[in-house]
This record gives sequence, structure tokens and C-alpha cells, in this order.
Amino acid sequence: MKVSTGWLADYISLDGVTAEELADKITDAGIEIDSVERRNKGLSGIVTGFVKSKEKHPDADKLNVCIVDTGQDEDLQIVCGAKNVAAGQKVPVALVGAKLPGLEIKKAKLRGVVSQGMICSAKELGMNDKLLPKELQEGILVLPEDTEIGQDIMTVLGLNDEILEFDLTPNRSDCLSMIGAAYETSAILGRELSLPDPGRDVIEIISPASDKIAVTVENEEHCKHYAVRYISGVKPAPSPLWMQNRLMAAGVRPINNIVDITNYVMLEYGQPLHAFDADRLEGGALGVRLAREGEILTTLDGQERKLEPHMLVIADAAKAVALAGVMGGLNSEVTDQTVNIVLESARFDGGTVRKTSRQLGLRSEASLRFEKEVDPRSVIPALNRAASLLSRYAGGSVHGGIVQAGTDEVEERVIKLSLDKVNRRLGMDLSLLEVKTLFARLHFSFGDAEEGTIEVSVPTRRGDISLDVDLFEEIARLYGYDNIPTTLIEGPTTPGGLTGPQALRRTLRRLLADGGYQEVLGYSFIQPERTALFPALTEGGLAVKLAMPMSEDRSVLRTSLLPQLLDIAQYNVNRRQSDLALFEIGSVFITDEEQLTRQPREFQTLALLLTGSRAAKQWNVAPESVDFFDLKGALESVFAYLGLDNAVVFEGDSPQGYHPGRSASLYLNVKGERVKLGTMGQIHPDLQRKQDLEDTYTAEILLAPLYEAARTTLQYTELPRFPGMERDIAVVVDSEVPASRLLDVIREQGGSLLQSAQVFDVYTGGKMESGKKSIAVSLLYRHTEHTLTDEEVSEVHSKVLDALQQSFGANLRK
Amino acid sequence: MKEKLEALKVEALEKLREVQDPQTLNDLRVKYLGKKGELTEVLRGMGSLSSEERPVIGQVANTVRSAIEEIIVSKQEAFQEQETLNRLQAEKVDVTLPGRRLPQGGIHPLNRVIQEIEDIFIGMGYRVAEGPEVETDYYNFEALNLPKNHPARDMQDSFYLTEELLMRTQTSPVQVRTMQAMQGEVPVKIICPGKVFRRDDDDATHSFQFHQIEGLVIGPNIRMSDLKGTLQQFVKEMFGPNTGIRLRPSFFPFTEPSVEVDVSCFKCGGHGCRLCKQTGWLEILGAGMVHPKVLEMGGYDPEKYSGFAFGMGAERIAMLKYGIDDIRNFYFNDIGFVKQFRGV
Repeated sequence: MKVSTGWLADYISLDGVTAEELADKITDAGIEIDSVERRNKGLSGIVTGFVKSKEKHPDADKLNVCIVDTGQDEDLQIVCGAKNVAAGQKVPVALVGAKLPGLEIKKAKLRGVVSQGMICSAKELGMNDKLLPKELQEGILVLPEDTEIGQDIMTVLGLNDEILEFDLTPNRSDCLSMIGAAYETSAILGRELSLPDPGRDVIEIISPASDKIAVTVENEEHCKHYAVRYISGVKPAPSPLWMQNRLMAAGVRPINNIVDITNYVMLEYGQPLHAFDADRLEGGALGVRLAREGEILTTLDGQERKLEPHMLVIADAAKAVALAGVMGGLNSEVTDQTVNIVLESARFDGGTVRKTSRQLGLRSEASLRFEKEVDPRSVIPALNRAASLLSRYAGGSVHGGIVQAGTDEVEERVIKLSLDKVNRRLGMDLSLLEVKTLFARLHFSFGDAEEGTIEVSVPTRRGDISLDVDLFEEIARLYGYDNIPTTLIEGPTTPGGLTGPQALRRTLRRLLADGGYQEVLGYSFIQPERTALFPALTEGGLAVKLAMPMSEDRSVLRTSLLPQLLDIAQYNVNRRQSDLALFEIGSVFITDEEQLTRQPREFQTLALLLTGSRAAKQWNVAPESVDFFDLKGALESVFAYLGLDNAVVFEGDSPQGYHPGRSASLYLNVKGERVKLGTMGQIHPDLQRKQDLEDTYTAEILLAPLYEAARTTLQYTELPRFPGMERDIAVVVDSEVPASRLLDVIREQGGSLLQSAQVFDVYTGGKMESGKKSIAVSLLYRHTEHTLTDEEVSEVHSKVLDALQQSFGANLRK
Repeated sequence: MKEKLEALKVEALEKLREVQDPQTLNDLRVKYLGKKGELTEVLRGMGSLSSEERPVIGQVANTVRSAIEEIIVSKQEAFQEQETLNRLQAEKVDVTLPGRRLPQGGIHPLNRVIQEIEDIFIGMGYRVAEGPEVETDYYNFEALNLPKNHPARDMQDSFYLTEELLMRTQTSPVQVRTMQAMQGEVPVKIICPGKVFRRDDDDATHSFQFHQIEGLVIGPNIRMSDLKGTLQQFVKEMFGPNTGIRLRPSFFPFTEPSVEVDVSCFKCGGHGCRLCKQTGWLEILGAGMVHPKVLEMGGYDPEKYSGFAFGMGAERIAMLKYGIDDIRNFYFNDIGFVKQFRGV
């Protein structure tokens, strides 16, 4: 809302307060002033003049030589290049010595002809000429014929003015009006208000309006009050200059006196008005009703609108003539030929207007105000104010009486305010007198105090106030937030902390970061096709779509972190950063429903990515590419840290998206149950190619099962007191036999004596028979109570060897 | 015999003195002092001596032995010393060549900031609470005093999935979920970090996805002055002990009174600089006293209990704190960018 200080001063004295000071005070009290604009851009020496004659310049086709009377002793000769200049016009004239933005006027010769000044355009005067008709944007500013000459242009155009831009939060729609802004200013400055009393100013003719027009409201829940006046004999013409100036100051384009008056009163009262051409209405009646199925209305902007039955319209006996609270219809528009008008002022339901306006993508100054609910007590005053202005500035005769349906009756809002509660909630120590003074400044009336409680009546214009806490805010903001003391919470201390899963997540972050992995962060939205890349974790689930995505690339919720991790890798590789170890912890989303009716399942996963060299290129380290086992090792380290190294199983079952021979699914054995934990491996070569990546390894695991199973209580185990005995074996088995199965057999047979079994070599090719491989394992035996003897170890060890022989036909390699 | 010994001594000492390498030294040691060495050889003849002569010759022999031993030891030491010197010389490295480093990753700057904020509040007795990114209209709006068709919903253009489901536009729904879960128990003291989503075109200062951190306190007598005190304490921890705050009235549907909180610029100390656009203040927080309707919907009687809530954007704080000028950097994940945020 653009608030002109000149206009504001109609209602409240701003003496001794600069616009900037006022802006600061208003901001401190809760409404942010975005900017203070001085309409005077540095003008001086510009007066109104009369163009007595216009002759062609003898030596220049495009120039004219004008004789201009500016009320001085002698007329001025001014050379002017504007196309629209003509004899008989009143125009702004910059005299010799005048100052304009970036310009000083000097006596000059233009192509040999003396010019004693300049006839100015609106732009040259520093005005926002976008609001003027096109011909005035291109040429000089032509003033109304009745303008007196020799006047200071600043006064004539109302340029001794500043515009405060009120950045209103949705609750303060009361300040979408000059009178509202005046109330706010009055509360802040503590100065008296003087407001117009429009009811007194309306001069009615005897002929009653009800003879001309009748109104009905079909759906009262959508329109509580509908009021019109009938005004005959209007003469469409430009509105007075002062009104145009104010409209332009507020950013509204002047059209003609009738439209301008409705806009002016809307700005003044915050109550949108609409004028119908009475002679274009059929049946002498207006009704407020819901639109009919398939009904069509062409709005004032020339757009044909297809209406829906939830939209509210104003209709005459035959057709819809306006979209209630949003925009008028072209079929009843006021034109230059209009003689009689029906002037509407109403209270439409905010929600109804908002829904219509949103659905049609049609917003107007009116809908903006109705959406936030207008003051029910402004309907009639605004109507009267406009009627009196129409009779004064448009020559109309106001017919007797207001024709209306519904009522401006509203329930009085009286709030009981306890001084004790005010002080307890704000942490302050205000007296009753201080509180009462603040309400007096707000023009809220209140009763006598009873046991520290007063009853405060909230004016209808402040629709945002309905509870005592709303009054607390009024008190606090006027008293000054800076004056609220600083205290600490009273009461028992509470232990802060993280939940188990939160703590685990932090542990994972730290472990991986310390192990060389860099955390990254992706978006929760992704391209639909990409959800199909790694389906293993979300098997059978469907991806969730956004109803109205901003782009196709980000139109579904991610079902895996991996596609974006690949994109991030690609982004970095393209920037010559090709050795990457990345991880992300984030949520993925799936649903079982084709048509979503409830929240999708949302679970957190950990994803890792590894590509490039194991270490940065360095003089004493051989450059080696990362492989499957680097990534697997990282995962194993994590599992080991969480006490789960023996609980997680890797199975080479070729999960989708991966290189079938270099990938695995991970399962977690916990409490006798086997849970799928995730997948890992080299991504499929086709996908690598598509992503422009070298060999890249990724993993993604679910965090919830880890939270459940992770070691959270630590328990000391005694250190071994007796020496162990190591036996290394190398066995030859079929190449298809997984090492894990070999180790399973070894562990099973080794029993409690076997402390550990480590693969330390795998050998194929060379002298090895084809289809076979040799696996070397180091076994460590130890007894907790005594030193093992050779016989004890040999007994177990030979059981191990026998079992390997039996299970895999494994030969001990000599 | 004595002459023999003296001659041996003279010969041995002379030879030993000339020795240049440890091998020859060892050979000479064997030659003179070994089991089959010349000194032993001479001493073998002792048996034929008279009992008067024996001690005299024995003494001479010992003197000879120790003279030889002495020079051998000193020679050995010299050689050892030389060898050590040679070795040290040979083993010299160029200490200016780079070393082999520990693998080093890092935490994303946003999570770093979030953890830092979490830790400050954990220290003040808060628990961390989280909620889903896909929310119901009820929790995201209605339970926060934003009924359907409320004009304030325009403040946050949302990504809907269906009429009733949307990507949360704020972390505030976690407040209501927590209140309902606490079933009227007090005090409630939580901090809720998480991703939120709004329909914004991405540019240097806007991102459709960003992170919020929200706090909520409910108790029997929570005052607006407590909110001020709490935030004051937080900004001192977060931005330095000389940081101050300024409260300005504002509007949020779920708080009343509502405030916008500025911190004094920690770059310039409030004198005005580029970071604070010469104002001396940085706008970083929205806050207020929990609206009675929100308390009610969370199961708390607003006559008996009161509370405050506050929220801030992790991106904004990280940008201010680290001097980052483009929000999109957080989501490009350029390694050169994300790895800069490692440190104490």
C-alpha cells in the first residue's frame, strides 16, 4: 500500500515529523515501511503556462516555436519538440534557471531561434508516467483547461509529497486504506484524528432509488451486506487534477471521474466499490447469486471467463454483470456515454472471493481487499462518500435512499483483558493506566477496571483482533519491543539431547567424514524416469508425484539417493574433480497407492559413492583406481563400528542398476530375522556411460534397521591372557564358491577356540587349473583359560580341513 | 719371552694403527687375540716358565693384551661413528616433499550449521525433534491456525501432492506433532531441524528447497521476555559474545505476539558494512508467543500454559556466517565448495 503523506495529512497532523522519522516509527510498531519515495525529484522554477500560439520552426521540421504566457509581464518564446503541443493548452513550463532532475534550464538558441525555457513532459518532472495515457507519455504533460497560470507546478501536481510503501502482513489489511493508515499513525504518534463524515455530505434528490433498482442476495453466507445507490445524469469527464494526483501517487491509473471516484474511495476507506451503467442493466434489479453451471462472463479486462458454480456473481434479470468482489463485467461497464449509474458497495465473503480469484488467476485491487475481509462498517460510509463525490465532480444526482440487502450488523467484539495476564505473558510490569493509554491511542474503547480486568471493545476495522493475546501484541508493539526485559525461563532444568537415531546419524557422518568421505546434499525432487534406476530398496513401491511441479525434472519425490549422487559426481568430474568419495544421508519416499490418500512411506537412507583414484596423485603413492572392495571396506568399517560386522551379509545377487558381477545386496541378521539392508556395487557400465563417469561404485542402505540393531551399550571384554596359535591354510576350490561360505564352514568347525579367520590371499590363473581358485586363510586359535597345546589345535584344525574337503571338495594346497 | 711379547705388542700396535676398515680390524683382532691368535700362542709357552718368572711374564702379557684391546676398541668406536655418520648422510630425505595424508572428508556446511545450532540448544536443555517432509494440510497449516482459504497461506506457496498432502513449507508441523505426542506434559523444549519446500524460482537468494530450524518451549509461565532472553543467549553462542538482538513486531499466524528478530552484524559489530547493507543489523529469525489456538490443537490449555516458538533458515545463517553469496552453492555440491567447511 502506497501511502501519500500529503493525503495522510488530511486526517492527522504530521507537523514536525519527517517522512523518514514517520517511516521508522511505523516500522518499529510493526508495519514495515519498505521505502520512502520523495515525489519531488529536485524541481524548482517550474510554473503553469498557457500556450498562446504555436508556429512551425523555420529551420526544423520537428520543432515548434510557442508563445507561452506564464503570468509574467512578458510572454515567453519557447521552442518545443513535442508532437502533442498545441495552442490553447495549459502546460508545465520550466523557466530559465529552473531545475529538473539532472537538468538546468538556460536561455538557448535552437537552430537559430531563441528559447526562453522548456515545456515539460511528465517524465522530465520525475513523475511515473506509466499511469498516464499514451499520448501524454510520448509528449508534454497537458494540464486541465481550468488550471490557473503562473502557479508553482509542485502545488498543482501535488509533488510536495512523499510516498511510504507499507509492506503489510496479511493480518493488517485494515491499513489497505488511507483512513486505516491514519488510525495507525495516530496510535503511533499519539495525535488526534479528524475523519470525513460522508453521510452528512450526501445531498439526495427526492426521487427514491428504490424506484429504479432493487437488490437481492441469494446466498447470505457469501455476501452479508449488499448496498447500492442510484445516481442519474452523470457526465463522464476527467476527474479533478488533485484526485488524479492522489490516484497516481497511490499507483492507480486515472480513467474518468466515475471510475476515479470509486477508486479514490476504495483507497480512502479500503472498501472496493463498483459502478454499473444503469441503462445497460435489464429488469431494474441486481441479485447476488452463485454462477450457473457453464455461465460465461467477459470481465472488464476483455477476457472471457468460464464460471463455476462456487463463484459468486452479480446478475441483472437476464445475465451475470460482474464477478462479485473481483471484477466488473464488460456488458455493464461505465463508458463515456454513461448517464445513469448504480453504485455498489458490499461485503463479500473473503474465502469466496479468494477462491474465485485464485482459480481464474484474476487479481484486482478489489479482490485483494475482499480476500482479507473488509470492515463491515465501511460499506455504507464508502457508498455515501462516493455518492457525494459523484454529485460534486461528475454532476450526478443522488436518488433518495440506499437500496440494500443484508446488514452491516456485526457482533461486538469485547475482550476481557487481565492486567496480570498481560504482565505475566509479556514479562513486564505495566500499570493499568499505561495499558489504558495505549488503547486510547488505538481508539479502542474500554470500560472501567474490575479486579484488574478491563473490557476492551475492538473496532470493526481491526478484524485481526479477537483474543486477549492479540491485545497483548497491540500493547507490546506500541510500548516498544525494545522495552521488554530479557529473562531466562523459570522452572526445573531439563536434560537436552539427541534420540538414538539422531545420535547414530551423527556418528555415521563423523565416521565417514573422518574416513575420507565428503557429505553432499541433494534435492528431494527428481525426474520421474530416474526413480527406476535403483529400485532394489523400494521394491514394489510407487514414486510420489507433485500435483503441480515447477519443472518436469523435479516432479516426483526421490525413491533413492543414488541418481542425484551420480549427478553430483558427474558435476564434479566435469569440473576436473574426478577422485570422489561422497555420501549423503536423506529421506526417500514411496507409496503403495496409485491415488495417494495418505502420507507416503518416508525413510532415511545412507548413500555412498566412490570413483577415481584411491589417493590424490602423489610422488610416493602409486596411482590406483578404487574398486569394489574400497567401498565394501568402508561399509564394513561402519558396520564394525556399530558392532554389526558379523550381522551383515553381502550376497552377490546382482541388484538392478549395478554391474551384475560386481554388486551385492546387503542383509542384516538380527534376532533371528533377516532384513534387507541395502545394495552396493559398481554401477552398470551402461549407466556409467550415460553419466559420463569412469568406474563408479555406490551403495545405499536403510538406516532404520541399523538404528534398531546398532550397539548402543558398551561392555568390556577381558583381554586374552594366553597366547594364540596361528595356522595358515590355502585351499583350492571351484571359482564360483564364495569366500564367505568357506569362512562360514571354517567358523562353524573352529568353534569357540577359533578366534578369527582372515582371507589373506586369493589366487587364480597361472598354474591353477581353470575353473578353480586358491584361497588362503589365516586362522587364529586361542583358549581363554590356558595356553593351547599342539594336540588341541590340531584336533580342531583337522576338523576344519575335513569339513572344507567335504563341503567344497577343497584340496589343501601344498 | 718378554722380548717376544714386547715385539708382538710393537708389531700389533703398529698394524692396528694403520687399519682403515672394520674387516681388517676384525682380522687383526683374531690374529692377535683370537683363540688361535699370536698372543695366545705366546702364552701357551708359559707352562715352561719358572714360578718366579710366571707372574712377571703374566703381567707383561696382560699389559700387552690390554694395550691391543684398547686400540681395537677405540678403532671400533671410530668405525662405528663413521658408519653412523655415513648412514645418516645416506638416509637424508627432502623434508619439503609432501607427506602421505590421512583420508579426509567433511560434513556438508548446512548440516554443520544445523549441528552447531542443535548443540547450543541441547546445552540449554532442548531435545531434537523431527518430522516427515511430506505433511498433511492439517499439520502444516490448519493446526497452526491457518485454516483453508486463509489469506496468510499466500505467504508460502506450496508444493501439493493432493488436496490434503503437501511438502511441508515449514518445520512448524513438528511443533504440533510433538505437543500431541507429549500429551500435555511440560516443559516442552524442542528444536526441530529439517528440509522445507516453497514454490520459489531458484536464484542467488532463493531455493525451492531449504532447511529450517525451529524451536518450541511450553511451560506453565513462559513469557515473552524469556523468548528475548533465550534468543539473546543463542546469538551470543552462535555469533560471538558481543552480538545483540533487536525485536520488531511482525505477523505469523501461529504466534501472537509475533516478532522479527535481527542480530547486530557480527562482521562490522553494528557499524554498518556490506554484509548488513549498512544497517548494522541482520534479519535472521522469526519468533513469537505460541498462539492459543495452536496450544489448544496441541492439547495444551492456553489459560494454564504459554509458550514461545522461533524459527530460522539454516541456509541464511550459513551464508551470513561463512560469507557465501549464492544459496545454490549448497545444492551444486561442488567439492571445491563443500570441502571448505572443515575446521574446529
